[in-house]
Amino acid sequence: MNIFCVGLSHHTANVETRELFAGHGETECILRNAGCAEALLLTTCNRVEVYGASEKRVSTDDIARCLAREIEKDAHEYAPAFYRYEGEKCVQHLFRVASGLDSMVVGESEIFGQAKKAYESARASNVVGPYLHRLFQRAFRVAKQVRTHTEITRGLVSVGSVAVDLAQRIFGKLSDCRVLVLGAGEMSERTARALLSRGVTDLRVSNRSIDRAQELARVVGGRAISFDDWPAQCGEIDILITSTSSETPLLRPEDLAPMLHDRLDRPLFIIDIAVPRDVDPRVNEMEAVYLYDIDSLESVAEQSLALRRQQIAAAEAIIAEHVADFGEKMSLGLNRAQNPGHPAIGENSLRASEL
Amino acid sequence: MDRYLLIVSTVCFLVAVVRTIIALRAGVFQPGRFSFLAIGLGFIFQTAFLSIRGHALGRCPLTNLFEVFIFLAWSIALIYMLVGPAYRLSLMGAFTAPLVFLVQAFALIAPIDVRHVSNAPANPWLEFHASISIIAYGAFALACIAGVMYLVQERQLKTHHLHSVFYHLPPLTDLFAAITRLLWLGFALYTVGVVSGFFTGHPLPRPQVVAAIGVWLLYAAILQGRHLRRLAPKRVAALCIAGFGAALTLLWGITFSAQTHTLP
Repeated sequence: MNIFCVGLSHHTANVETRELFAGHGETECILRNAGCAEALLLTTCNRVEVYGASEKRVSTDDIARCLAREIEKDAHEYAPAFYRYEGEKCVQHLFRVASGLDSMVVGESEIFGQAKKAYESARASNVVGPYLHRLFQRAFRVAKQVRTHTEITRGLVSVGSVAVDLAQRIFGKLSDCRVLVLGAGEMSERTARALLSRGVTDLRVSNRSIDRAQELARVVGGRAISFDDWPAQCGEIDILITSTSSETPLLRPEDLAPMLHDRLDRPLFIIDIAVPRDVDPRVNEMEAVYLYDIDSLESVAEQSLALRRQQIAAAEAIIAEHVADFGEKMSLGLNRAQNPGHPAIGENSLRASEL
Repeated sequence: MDRYLLIVSTVCFLVAVVRTIIALRAGVFQPGRFSFLAIGLGFIFQTAFLSIRGHALGRCPLTNLFEVFIFLAWSIALIYMLVGPAYRLSLMGAFTAPLVFLVQAFALIAPIDVRHVSNAPANPWLEFHASISIIAYGAFALACIAGVMYLVQERQLKTHHLHSVFYHLPPLTDLFAAITRLLWLGFALYTVGVVSGFFTGHPLPRPQVVAAIGVWLLYAAILQGRHLRRLAPKRVAALCIAGFGAALTLLWGITFSAQTHTLP
């Protein structure tokens, strides 16, 4: 039995091509009819992949046809966009995919859930047998090990998530934090929502147009504050998100200093996502004030990515170890299956061995 | 025999230090149970050493600078074992182990284990005063370590340069809460230690009394500044480091002068 993977991803095909070959509800059954003893379809926004096990080789063109939705051209014309891995290479590829090493954002963990879902769905349709079962169970184990033993998933790589993560690094639990959103733009709304999803309950919104402030406050479950009153809030709040269209800084050290006098023991985290900036950069030099503008948030996101890239070698080493071990166990299993003195590999025996 | 126990204990702390350094170099700085277990094992051997030494001396093993250093290292490990897991500051172990290792390694290498034979019976008040004061120093040492962690985390947040260690250090507010509690714990113990010093029945050397009250006042000032919100957390953290430096100097001075007038 040969294990293989045929697919296209963000590395080889643009989104239009990926859409054409995104598969459909019947794909796995069609694949079985095309000669695959076992088949599993993994589709995400960045990849469409078929994992299969077959006695005879199933051509890439045949698999492309099974995946194709309605296309005008012959599937063969898209052949350069497809890659194919067999045997050990296929095992290695799946382990890399499940661990997030092949993802657009290296180390993202969403792919793990998507692979699990694809596996569960294929299992429910009875298109997965002992080979793919064993392969995917091992892939999940490898992905967990990579996540635990390397820093590949450490840090966040989008501006909004970085801001929320930094807030947690300063305050720990966010449920007791008081947040003021200054400027009711889309970016501040998104960041406010991210904070709310992490437990913030006290949210205040201020905007030059009080109507817009009230509207956003209603949408996110906060309360509106008159724009004239927002500076006084700085003595109470823990997090300030600002994104107004003001041409001059709204907050300078001399404005903030008197309000910090009685709250020296509580940090103030300021997220300034406005361009031009709403907060004078000198504010970051004040005691217990942490100012992040859009550039510094992007820089933190970039540092997280760099940290993840540094961990690729460590993750690859874990994967290589598992690929070698998996290859050995598979050949051992095959020998047993071919030896009449031993029971053949059955799904139950495999499951028991994996558990 | 008792020194072998101490060597094994020091090796335990060294293992914790080496593991932290390897993890730091690999960029994988994960708090785990390893540090806690290594420190726990080191603590057991320390306890065994102090117990054997105390039994041999027939009194609390605080008769020379060597024993004082080991008792201090034991106190730091003790407070860490009590406080570290409670505050979920598991990474504190990575910072505690090097300090304990340095104190203990210095005590083992330096020629300070000089026996002072005294025929006078043990003075329970003096032993209580000395041991409770050193345990207080253990709490101050942990506050100092939490202060270092706070300053590391604060600096990274201020400069926007986040190292791998950033993601494993506790949040700033949690660290500050731990510093405050450790300061209060150390201050309470130290107060008991200073007060009990007046019940020893021996005349206390004036410089020692002045220095001890000076350290007490320093910690009282830090706590007062924190309580009145007049000191920023960063300054409290820095003062914890300075305060522990002062306390160590005092401890050295007291023990050194006590050695010249052998403990009764």
